[in-house]
Amino acid sequence: MIKSLDPRITRAEIDLENPIDPLKELDQWETYEVFHQKRRGDQHMHVGIVHAPNAEMAFIFAKEQYGRRGLSVNIWVVKTRDVYSSEYDDSDIFETVPEKQYREAGGYKVMEKINKYKKGV
Amino acid sequence: MNTQAIKELLYKMADDLLIIGHRNSEWTGLGPILEEDISFSSMAQDKIGQSQAIFQLLNDLGEQEPDTVAFMRGAAQFHNARFLELPNGEYDFSLVRHFLFDHADQLRFEALANSSYEPLAKVAKKVKGELKYHVFHANTWLVKLGQANENSHNRMQAALNQAWNYALGMFEESAHEDALITEGIFEGELALRDKWLATITPIILKAGLQIPASNEWQPIYGGRICQHTEHLSPLVEEMSEVFRYDPTAEW
Repeated sequence: MIKSLDPRITRAEIDLENPIDPLKELDQWETYEVFHQKRRGDQHMHVGIVHAPNAEMAFIFAKEQYGRRGLSVNIWVVKTRDVYSSEYDDSDIFETVPEKQYREAGGYKVMEKINKYKKGV
Repeated sequence: MNTQAIKELLYKMADDLLIIGHRNSEWTGLGPILEEDISFSSMAQDKIGQSQAIFQLLNDLGEQEPDTVAFMRGAAQFHNARFLELPNGEYDFSLVRHFLFDHADQLRFEALANSSYEPLAKVAKKVKGELKYHVFHANTWLVKLGQANENSHNRMQAALNQAWNYALGMFEESAHEDALITEGIFEGELALRDKWLATITPIILKAGLQIPASNEWQPIYGGRICQHTEHLSPLVEEMSEVFRYDPTAEW
């Protein structure tokens, strides 16, 4: 006897008294990282992940997940396990001594802002 | 222009899209995985949007408002192919139907992009991108599940066999077929069917599936002349329930 008013439950005839077992953890497709490009020439931005059995399916999911609202011209998908990641324990390798500020790329950030302003973003 | 012929063409297209859009939306919240649930729901919404665009053309030709036409008719006034009103069944059947219908739909709109009836040609050009994605999505799933393992292969083949004669019923000819063709409005159902077969056959083969033998083809017609299965009426009732509470409400 289904008493729920949720159309998804009534339509699927989900038995609330005897719920089915949920999938085991990790009993699912692997993840792909999704990179989304708004306009031609812009950098692709990392926007999240999708689960998929292959790259083509990752793309069809990513398109609706991340590309259906707003501007989009291109999407990249990359297997999460193909991304080499540094360890947070090693984040001290990014530290530098204060007198080397001339090597910091602050100027580029400013240029980015100026260019964006020029393009009218 | 033969307005009667155009209206009939528009009605069957709009009804096909509305009914399959509603059927596919029944998967919302129940899809096999979250990502697919979102994709399939989003495409269902596209289809309802496309049907609205065509109901608008009918409205421009003197028919009632799109919402009224969509939600105030009874099942016996719908012109959709019977194929599209069948219940969703399992996901294999829904995917196979999505594949078979969306290819027909894409080819129909492609042909109509050159229609002498310009308002429809305009709509056809506008929906091109959406349809490209829908067909890409359908092809990807069909090929993947056709080849993944024995179970998925057998289920897709069974769904294809079950769907086939209904799918052929999408190309039921209209009484106005000649007028549509001679006036350059539409190339006709038979031409469309040939293109459809030529398009889907290599993809079905690539998926490792087989089209039923042609001596067993028995198209299931009737939908275009408003003769439907028992499945359409409950669908129309559910689809229009909220609208009918108060047809004058502002949304």
